Amino acid sequence: MLHANKRPAFKRTRGLIDRVGDPVLKAVTFIASAVAVAVLGVIAYELVTGSRLAFHSFGLGFLTSQVWDDVHGQFGALSLIFGTAVTAGLAILIATPLAIAIALFLTELAPKPVRALLGALVEMLAAIPSVILGLWGLLVMGPYVKDQLEPFLSATLGFLPFFQGAHYTVGVLSAVLVLTIMVVPIIASVTRELFATVPPELREGALALGATRWEMVRGVLLPAARPGILAAVALGFGRAVGEAMAVLMVMGGAIGIHASLFAFGDTLAARIAGQYAGADTNIQISSLVYLAAILLVISLAVNIGAQLLIRPIDFRPRRQRIALDRAMETQGMSAD
Amino acid sequence: MTEPAFSLRTSGRLRRRQLVNRLMGALALGAALLAVSVLAIVVISVASRGASALNLDFFTKNQAQGFNPTGGGIRFAIVGTGVIVGIATLMALPLGVMIAIFLSDLASPRLARVTRLALDVTNGIPTIVIGIFVYTIVVAAHGQSALAGSLALAIIMVPLIARSTEEVLLLIPTSQREASLALGVSRWRTTFGIVIPSAMGGILTGTTLAIARAAGETAPLLFLTSLGTSATADSNPLHPLQSMTYAIFNYSEQGDPGFQAKAWATAFTLMCFVLVTSLGAKLGMARYRKKMGG
Amino acid sequence: MEAIRTKIDVAGQERLSTSERETVFEARDISVFYGDQRAIDKVSIDIYRRLVTAIIGPSGCGKSTFIRTLNRMTDLVPSARLTGELRYRGIDLYGPGVDAVEVRRRIGMVFQKPNPFPKSIYDNVAYGLRILGMKKDLDERVEKALHSAALWDEVKDRLKDSALGLSGGQQQRLCIARAIAVEPEVILLDEPASALDPIATSAIEDLMHELKRDFTIVIVTHNMQQAARVADMTAFFGLNVTPKGSREGILVEYDNTEKIFTNPSDKRTEGYVTGRFG
Repeated sequence: MLHANKRPAFKRTRGLIDRVGDPVLKAVTFIASAVAVAVLGVIAYELVTGSRLAFHSFGLGFLTSQVWDDVHGQFGALSLIFGTAVTAGLAILIATPLAIAIALFLTELAPKPVRALLGALVEMLAAIPSVILGLWGLLVMGPYVKDQLEPFLSATLGFLPFFQGAHYTVGVLSAVLVLTIMVVPIIASVTRELFATVPPELREGALALGATRWEMVRGVLLPAARPGILAAVALGFGRAVGEAMAVLMVMGGAIGIHASLFAFGDTLAARIAGQYAGADTNIQISSLVYLAAILLVISLAVNIGAQLLIRPIDFRPRRQRIALDRAMETQGMSAD
Repeated sequence: MTEPAFSLRTSGRLRRRQLVNRLMGALALGAALLAVSVLAIVVISVASRGASALNLDFFTKNQAQGFNPTGGGIRFAIVGTGVIVGIATLMALPLGVMIAIFLSDLASPRLARVTRLALDVTNGIPTIVIGIFVYTIVVAAHGQSALAGSLALAIIMVPLIARSTEEVLLLIPTSQREASLALGVSRWRTTFGIVIPSAMGGILTGTTLAIARAAGETAPLLFLTSLGTSATADSNPLHPLQSMTYAIFNYSEQGDPGFQAKAWATAFTLMCFVLVTSLGAKLGMARYRKKMGG
Repeated sequence: MEAIRTKIDVAGQERLSTSERETVFEARDISVFYGDQRAIDKVSIDIYRRLVTAIIGPSGCGKSTFIRTLNRMTDLVPSARLTGELRYRGIDLYGPGVDAVEVRRRIGMVFQKPNPFPKSIYDNVAYGLRILGMKKDLDERVEKALHSAALWDEVKDRLKDSALGLSGGQQQRLCIARAIAVEPEVILLDEPASALDPIATSAIEDLMHELKRDFTIVIVTHNMQQAARVADMTAFFGLNVTPKGSREGILVEYDNTEKIFTNPSDKRTEGYVTGRFG
């Protein structure tokens, strides 16, 4: 249809701000995200440069030396690496079966109203600030550990080198217990969400064959969720490795490698935190940054490993998954 | 009709299987009860020891002269936490929301995946490391300040706010965006005029959770803002200011039972704040999700 | 029992006079409630041994709910409640002391959406066998089950491959093999072919004819032609709208398939099978 109308079809009626808004928003949000990504690089860079002095003085021998002598300016991380490995490792060992059991209870056994309440309570445990847990661990749990738990362990398992030595309110054992309390809710809530993604048809299929609930869990649910559970454990381990305050308050802050859980010790994170007031020489500060760099490497490795484990979980048949991903991509959302 | 020559009752092998089943169920229940008991023990310990030292003075006065273990209060620490966390929120909220907008609306799938990975990794970095990082870039040269503490907390808060805001933005149905765009409204106006207001409830609860988390941090602040005064309720962000978390730690290191009582009281106050806001925010988030049909 | 028997071949089905048949299930006035909502109202039906019984009807008429009462899968819904009496070979299925796990071993179920476990083909079939301790001759049992499900030839060279790599029709036959492996007496199928393409569907239907030699089959289907093709007996469930406005499922008519489709007694049945509604 021909119009005698001379006006152009879509006259620019939008003001300057309106037109400029879209590209500006795109730029601003892009910059914000770039900053978020770049921060990681900046952190790594600063830690490397900050630790350079210590690295030049001690090299990689830093990792194998137990010495921590601020008077003579000799520092080494081995004792701390050992402490980190023992406390985080034991905490995960105790926490994982507990957390999986809790997640199973919440998803399979708890009646609906109880589920929400109990789930909230477990999450509340994770919300308690670590300094408060440290305070509690030191002044409430500590005496119990010294007067009840460690004597009991000495009496029953004292033939093992792990349960020998004097009893104190602080030490490796206290640190392990406090870390376990922190890590259980993390692993439990991630695992619980994981179990929710397993389709109910899978459960029904096993039950319809005449399996008991536990047989269904053991044979179908847990194997199906295994990669996710590993990722949850990795996340918990990362948390345990990085915890500074609570460990600082309940581990005794001593250098040295001992077999006994009753002994004092220290971890990378706790040592850094513990030196905040006393570090004045450049070499000492640089050594602390070196410790931080080691911590960063460990946590990055654990975190990235956990992320990689989470990605490939999928219960949908391959064809459906590809189709779904494509559909979601065109919707402007990426398939997570 | 055939005679029942069989039984559907538990017998033989099935009895053993059912026993195992019941045992596992009991273990799972036990684990859950253990977790709840530990929570109860911790909360009750802190509450019973902390509540007794609480009085009005505790909140309105500062540390008594000469570092006296009795009397006085933690007003300086309450103000300190308020300033540090407040400024951190002012830094982290806009940044987090911008990143969320980028992730939910404007990013290509690959860029989004990289950004999300970066956020998740940052979330997993030990907070003491972030404290050391801010130390090397700010405090080493300029000395301690509350601002440095805020920067560290902001780094911790951004991934939390970004991820929770993104989740909320994705809950807004595309049909709403499309309706606005179809009217000829520009994309940015749609975002700020339609999407963000709709998502506001969720954004606020997500931010509240991040605030609760930040208020509970101690490790990063040790190197950045621990030299603050306890004699006055200083609120200058350029000065170092003590936080409640640092006060707890500091008091716990003193031998005097008077200071220990202060530690408990501060811990009780902080714990109430963190638990109540966390629980409230999670409830709010759940209710918001339900409202959006998520 | 076989002495008096009239055989009329209608699409390959047999018609026995009712008095000669063995009943496997006897349902009397079965009602199922989800909370306060009644889903099915007073269903009474006898299911006969080694026949294929189809349950047809419009959507929402409780077909799935009813079939799930037969193997106590309704137990899995916390708010579900059952009234009436359901006897399996003379025993009250919901009586005291009856173990639901044992019930489900004897009465197997195949679901609408194929739900193979994320395990290998072999492990899927072996899963039930391992739990029940039927571990002797595991290989032979797995092979036999896959033969019975008409799947052996297609998978015999890749038993260790993941079951998730099979096509939809193959997965469903795998689920049937998995159910057969534990040697049930009854197989319940809840719309087993509705998620499959026509070729896979007809493979499943052919399987029904084979399977009824050894098992009692109850199949829910929304496809009338399918019921006409495979079933000996057909039960038509209809929708009853109560004065309060809630919808419940009821058993309208139950008879030999031939009669249901050619000369139904109830007007509602006639309306459904002639396509006037549903």
